Amino acid sequence: MDIDAPPQSGGTMELLSFRLGADEYCLDIMSVREIRGWSRPTPLPHAAPHMRGVLNLRGTILPIVDLSIRLGMAGVSGDPRNVFIVVGHGGLLTGLLVDSVSDILTVPRSDLHPPPDIAHYADQTFIGALAVIGGRMIRLLNLAAVLPAPPAEAPPRPPS
Amino acid sequence: MTLTVLAIDDSPTMRNMFSLALAHEDIVLHLAEDGAAGLDLLRRITPDVVISDINMPDLDGFGFIEAVRRQERFRTLPILVLTTEPGPELRARARAAGATGWIVKPFDAQKMIRTLRLVAGSGG
Amino acid sequence: MPQDPLAEIRAGFFLECEELLETLRDGLAALAADTTDRTRIDTIFRAVHSIKGGAGAFGLDRLVGFAHRYEAALDLLRTGRAPLTEALLRLLDRASDALEDHVQAAQRGDPPPEERESILVELQRQLAPFMREDAAPKPQAASWELDFTPHGALYDNGHEPLYLLRALRELGARDVICAADVGGGLIAFDPARPALRWTLTLPAETAEADIREIFCFVEDLCTLTISRARAGPAPGETGPVPTVRVDLDRIERLMNLVGELVINQAMLVQSVTDSGAQPNSPVMTGLDSFTKLTREIQESVMMIRAQPVKPLFQRMSRVVRETAASTGKQVRLVALGEATEIDRTVIERLAEPLTHLIRNAVDHGIEPPEVRSGLGKPACGTITLTAQHQSGRLMIELRDDGAGIDRDKVLTIAVRRGLVPAGSPPPDSEIDALLFSPGFSTVTEISALSGRGVGLDAVRTAIHGLGGRIGIRSRPGEGTVFTVSLPLTLAVLDGMIVRVGEETLVIPLSAVIETAALSSQNVRAIGAGHTVLELRGGFLPLFDLGAELGFRAPRRHDDGGIILLTRHEDESRSALIVDAILEQRQVVIKGLHRGCGPIHGISAATILGDGRVALIVDPTDLLSRRHLSPHDMAMAG
Repeated sequence: MDIDAPPQSGGTMELLSFRLGADEYCLDIMSVREIRGWSRPTPLPHAAPHMRGVLNLRGTILPIVDLSIRLGMAGVSGDPRNVFIVVGHGGLLTGLLVDSVSDILTVPRSDLHPPPDIAHYADQTFIGALAVIGGRMIRLLNLAAVLPAPPAEAPPRPPS
Repeated sequence: MTLTVLAIDDSPTMRNMFSLALAHEDIVLHLAEDGAAGLDLLRRITPDVVISDINMPDLDGFGFIEAVRRQERFRTLPILVLTTEPGPELRARARAAGATGWIVKPFDAQKMIRTLRLVAGSGG
Repeated sequence: MPQDPLAEIRAGFFLECEELLETLRDGLAALAADTTDRTRIDTIFRAVHSIKGGAGAFGLDRLVGFAHRYEAALDLLRTGRAPLTEALLRLLDRASDALEDHVQAAQRGDPPPEERESILVELQRQLAPFMREDAAPKPQAASWELDFTPHGALYDNGHEPLYLLRALRELGARDVICAADVGGGLIAFDPARPALRWTLTLPAETAEADIREIFCFVEDLCTLTISRARAGPAPGETGPVPTVRVDLDRIERLMNLVGELVINQAMLVQSVTDSGAQPNSPVMTGLDSFTKLTREIQESVMMIRAQPVKPLFQRMSRVVRETAASTGKQVRLVALGEATEIDRTVIERLAEPLTHLIRNAVDHGIEPPEVRSGLGKPACGTITLTAQHQSGRLMIELRDDGAGIDRDKVLTIAVRRGLVPAGSPPPDSEIDALLFSPGFSTVTEISALSGRGVGLDAVRTAIHGLGGRIGIRSRPGEGTVFTVSLPLTLAVLDGMIVRVGEETLVIPLSAVIETAALSSQNVRAIGAGHTVLELRGGFLPLFDLGAELGFRAPRRHDDGGIILLTRHEDESRSALIVDAILEQRQVVIKGLHRGCGPIHGISAATILGDGRVALIVDPTDLLSRRHLSPHDMAMAG
C-alpha cells in the first residue's frame, strides 16, 4: 500500500513512528524495508545539505537523506543511537537518517486527516496526514515529497 | 593490462627521463627518490615491474633488490637495474642480488617499453 | 508453469538459424577470399539446406520457398556446373541478407519482404552450366623451430617462462608443446628442480633477431636452440570448439556473486592485516594466492560474457553493401580479427558508432568508381575493419582507401568557425582531430566538400561513454584510418585508491600518468586561487582534490602529499594533489542511485574492503567545471 494512494475508508493502517528532535513522525510500514544502525555514510561532494552521502547495502549503493534537515530542522547528529530507515519508493531504495525509532502503531484510517492549509509551515507538503491518537500528534510523512526527485536518467558513466 | 612501473633513482634528471620515456597510454609510473621510499611504496602497491638505479645514497640498488627479494610476495617480481656499464661483473652482481635484467643508460624509450613488457608479461 | 513444447522447439530453431546464417556469411566471406574453395560452397549449401528443413517442420512456407531456390542456385555451384564470378558472389551475399530478412519475418510472423525476390530471379539468370578445376595448393617455406629449457636460476631472478611464451605468441608461435622431465620417476622427482621444457614453431618470415631479443636476459639462464625446420605442410585448420548455451540471467547472477566475492576477499585481507599477521606468514601467503585465484575467477567470468566481435562485423558488412548500393559506389569490406572477444554490453553499444563510421567512410571517403579509375585506383574501394586485443584493451581500426581528409577545407571552416586562430595552421594531426569537435557537426557544407565530420562528435561521445578513446589519421589520396580503443568490460576498473581528508577515493588507473612526491618548489600561484605545477620546463594546472570536492581545506605544499599526473579525454594533462596513495587494484563498479543526481567529478562508486563506499573520480569531468581548462593552461604555459 502506498501513502500516495487515495485514502480508503475503513480498515486500519500500520505506522512506524520515529523521532526527529522533539517531534514524532510516522511512515506507512508497507514502505519500510528495514532499519539499520548508524554507520558513517560516504559523503557526496557538493551535494545538498540533506544528502548525507551513500552507504553499502549488501552490495548496492544506498543514498542517505537526513530527514531532519529535509524537514527544515537541524541535522541529525550522527551518533550510535541514530538509525537509518530503509524505504522503498518508486522502485528505488533510500535510507532516511532519523534520531531514533519509537513504535509501531495501528491507526484506523478514519482517524487520519489531511493537514490544514497553513502557509507558514514550510514542511507542510512533507506531511501527508495528521491524527491525534491518545493525546499524541501523529504526522504521517509524504514519502514522495521527502525523497530526492530522481533526474530523468543518470546511468553510471564508465570512467575514461 | 595497464603496466604499473616503480622507478627508483636519486637523480631528478633521471626521474624526468623516466617520465618522458614512460608517458605511455597504458603505463602508470610511480617515482621514488631512494630505496627507502621505494620500499615504502611497495608496502602499498604491487607494481608489475621495478627499475632501480644502482648508485644511490644509503640503500644502494643491490641492497634494495635483496631487501625486496627477501619478501615472499616479491619473489617473482621482475626487477631491472639501471646501469651505464652492463659488463660481466655487473651482470654477475645483479644476478646474485636477484635482478631480472638490466637497462642501459642512456636508454631508448621504445626499447625500454618493449623490455618492460617482456619481463612483466604484458603483451609483446 | 507448463510451456508449449513446440514454441520452445520453434525458439530453438530460430536460435539455430542465427548460427546457420553466421556459418553462411562466414562461408561467403571465405569464398570471396578464395573462390576455388569448394568445401566452403558445401558448407554454405548445408546451412541453407538446414534452414529450409527446419522451416518446413514449422510450416514456414515462404521461408522454405526462398531457401529452396537459393539452395538450388548453390547446388549448381557446388556440383561445379556453374563458375563462381565476382558478380555472382555479390548476388549470393545479397541473397544471404534476404534470407536473414526472411528468417526474421518468419520469427515475428510478419509477411516476407517482397522486394527481395528480384535477387533470386537475377541469381537464377546468371547461373549457367560450366566446369572449373581446383588450383594446386601453395608450397610452404621453412619455419623456425625453438627448443627452450629454463634453468632454476631463471625462476630465481624473477623471470616467468609464460611471459616469454606470450611474447613468442606475439611473433606467431604455434604448436607449443611443454614436456616435463620426470626422469627418475615420480618417487625420485624433486619439485624444486625445474623440469619443464618447451618446443614450438615460429613462422618462416620471423626475423631471428626478434626471437633472440625475447631471450636477451635469460640466454645464460636456460638451454635454448633456434633452428630452421624442414619444409612441411601448414597445420590444418582446427575444428569448431564445442559450446553450450547459457541463460544470460545466470551469467549476470554469477557476475554479481563474483563481484561480491572480490569485495569479501578484500575485506578478509584487510581484517587479517589489521589483526597483525606478518607479511610472510603462512596465512598471508595463503591469502595472496586466494587473491590471485579470485582475480582469475573474475577474469574467467568476464570471459563468459565476452563474445566475439564477429556478429557485429557481419552487420557492418551489410551496412557497407547497403550504403554502397545507395551511393552508387563499389566497396568491399575486409574484416580481420573477428574472433576477438569483448563484453557483450560493449558490443551492443558499439554497433551505432561503428555504423556511423562505416557510412561516413563509404559516403564521403571512398570515391565514385570513375574517379577512382581516373586516379589509377581499383574501381572497387576497400574498407578494412580490424579488431585485436592490445594491452588489456580492444583496439578496433577502420581503414578506407578513399580520398583522405581535405585539410585545407577543414582548416578554412575551422578558422571561419573560430575553432582555430587564423594565420597559424596547427599540425595535420590537430586539423584531423578538429573533425571530432562539436562545432563541425552542424556544418553541412563540409559533407558536400570533402566529406568527413558529419556527426563525428556524436561518435566520439558514444565511444567516450564506453570508456573508450577514438583517434583519426589520414593521408591525402590514400585514405583515412579511425582507431578506437575500448576497455574489455564495463563491470570492473583498475583503480588507484587514494586518501584525501577522511575520504577514500578511486582514480581510474587509465587516467593516471605518474605519481611523485609533492614539492613546494614546483608549485606556482597564478592568482585567483589558481596554482600550476612546474614540470620539466612546462606548466600544468594543479588542483587539490580534497578541496575541489569540498572534503577538506587546501593542504600546504610543503608537508608531504602526493602529486598525481592525470590525462584527460582531450589528451591534455593536469596534476591532482592527494594526501596518500593507499593501494592500486581492481574495483567493481557500482552505479550511483538515480536519487543521488549527477555529481560533478564523480562517475560511479565501489565498495571497499572494509565494506564502505568509495567514490570513483572522473578527472576530466571534475576539471571541466573549472573556468580554467587544462587546455587554456597549456597555452599559458
